[in-house]
Amino acid sequence: MSRATRPGALIAALLLALIVAAALVVPWLSPYDYATPAWTEIFRSPTVSGGHPFGTDSLGRDLLVRVMWGCRISLLVGIAASLLSVLIGVCWGALAGYAGGRLDGVLMRTVDVLYAIPFIPFVIVLEVAFGRNFLLVFVAIGAVSWLDIARIVRGQTLAIREQEYIEAARALGVRTTTMLRRHVLPNLVGLVAAYATLAIPGVILFEALLSFLGLGVHPPLASLGSLVAEGANEMQAHPYLLVLPAGFLAAIILCLNRLGDALRESLDPRGDGDGHD
Amino acid sequence: MGAFLLRRLATAIPTLLLIATLAFMLLHLTPGGPFDSDKVLVPQIQHAIEARYHLDEPLWRQYLRYLGELAHGDFGPSFQYRNTSVNELIAQGLPVDAAIGGVAMLIAILCGGGAGLVAATRPGGWRDRLPMGMAMLGISIPVFVTAPLLILVFAMRLHWLPSGDWVAGSWRHLLLPALALALPHTAYIARIVRAAAIEALAQPYIRTAIAKGLPTHVIVLRHALRPTLVPLVSFLGPALAGVLTGSIVVEQVFGLPGIGRLFVTGALNRDYTVVTGITVLYGALIIGFNLLVDLCYAWLDPRVRARA
Repeated sequence: MSRATRPGALIAALLLALIVAAALVVPWLSPYDYATPAWTEIFRSPTVSGGHPFGTDSLGRDLLVRVMWGCRISLLVGIAASLLSVLIGVCWGALAGYAGGRLDGVLMRTVDVLYAIPFIPFVIVLEVAFGRNFLLVFVAIGAVSWLDIARIVRGQTLAIREQEYIEAARALGVRTTTMLRRHVLPNLVGLVAAYATLAIPGVILFEALLSFLGLGVHPPLASLGSLVAEGANEMQAHPYLLVLPAGFLAAIILCLNRLGDALRESLDPRGDGDGHD
Repeated sequence: MGAFLLRRLATAIPTLLLIATLAFMLLHLTPGGPFDSDKVLVPQIQHAIEARYHLDEPLWRQYLRYLGELAHGDFGPSFQYRNTSVNELIAQGLPVDAAIGGVAMLIAILCGGGAGLVAATRPGGWRDRLPMGMAMLGISIPVFVTAPLLILVFAMRLHWLPSGDWVAGSWRHLLLPALALALPHTAYIARIVRAAAIEALAQPYIRTAIAKGLPTHVIVLRHALRPTLVPLVSFLGPALAGVLTGSIVVEQVFGLPGIGRLFVTGALNRDYTVVTGITVLYGALIIGFNLLVDLCYAWLDPRVRARA
């Protein structure tokens, strides 16, 4: 299996790098910007030659630039919110797993209770209540998506705690904070990297969902979600308005999922099909 | 088993209380009210409306009143639909979501489960890579992309099925939304079932079954299926709760009168009781389904039964 997944993961990484580079460079090079309407250029179909390779939207704005801005927003929200959730999740899980006992019980019961809370409704309510605030989008998403990471990290920390080098360090009188920082957290890096890579697409999809519902970014700024929503309204006459942003959204998510899977598989020494027990 | 159920109920009630409190406070403490609108009302009328819904009382009193009603299973009156209770609104919306969600989950379990089992019998072969590649696509393409695309192809271009609206009992109106909702779930289930079945097939008792010369389908269906169902069941619990309370996107794209849309319009119009009611309903369903999941574990895995 692992032999078969390597090239796939490599292609995913290359494609992702290409999209990121395009998202950074294209809006900067293009003569058009994402906001200014051009009333004489409405609904130009995509053409290879001519100024609009992706065509233009209902206000005559260049779709290529708007899609690239959408990629920027989606990736930015995805990475920032995932970092936040990883930060909370790792601290919470490592502390619970390392401390054990009553503190572990309290911390993990809290996670259990939070799991039962319907987060999508809460984020939607927050968005509606505080207006469409870009900062709030990713703080809200990051603050609610750390639960999985906390559970995974706790489990791994429990295993690390039983290792002999930890016992040796404890015998030498290393303090808890130093122990976590120097001996426990470095051993979690690979696992956390894999799950963070898998968390980013989840966050991107969530932001896109909010934008699709009209609760994400402010127009004229575009995210891939709001572009898909705009495209869906015009899809009968101008399907490219739906297909192009949807394609980029799917490609980004696909690449990140593929990479995360490959990272996780490479960390799992059991691999596929080897029994254990 | 009785003690187990009691213990779970004892944690369920504080959790529900917490959810209700969070939703209530969040809504009431945020700026804007249900009767703020562009047109200015005569102060007396504004006052009369607020008094009718007890919005003029102090917050703690409204809160206690709401909890009291909730304890009797009463979600209170809706603010945006006059003379309609939230219970009535949910009773109208729930059957729509239940029909679409039920069909979607049925499709997802049959197709996803089948694909996962087939993939697990020959890991690495084309029968594994093809369905798993499609599953990767399925979890990467969100519903708000597939739903418009399904409409574009099957309703607008081919004219096979209607593009939206809801006619109770009409399978033609149900098919496209259910399909859109089923796709990501199918992909998740295929991946979960494949991973679990590969693990199950590596167990020593399977080796014994192979050594006895049993055909593959008997080994998979009779011996490997049960342990494979354990992770599937833990996925299905929250997924069913989510599907039953409505997919906001599917309802929005197909124009269905379900609970998800009710929730979003409720949130936009500060319809406190609708939003809190649906949130509590969703929380209760999650807790209920997770309890069912745990009961299923005991049925599927004798070792869990022995420990309980």
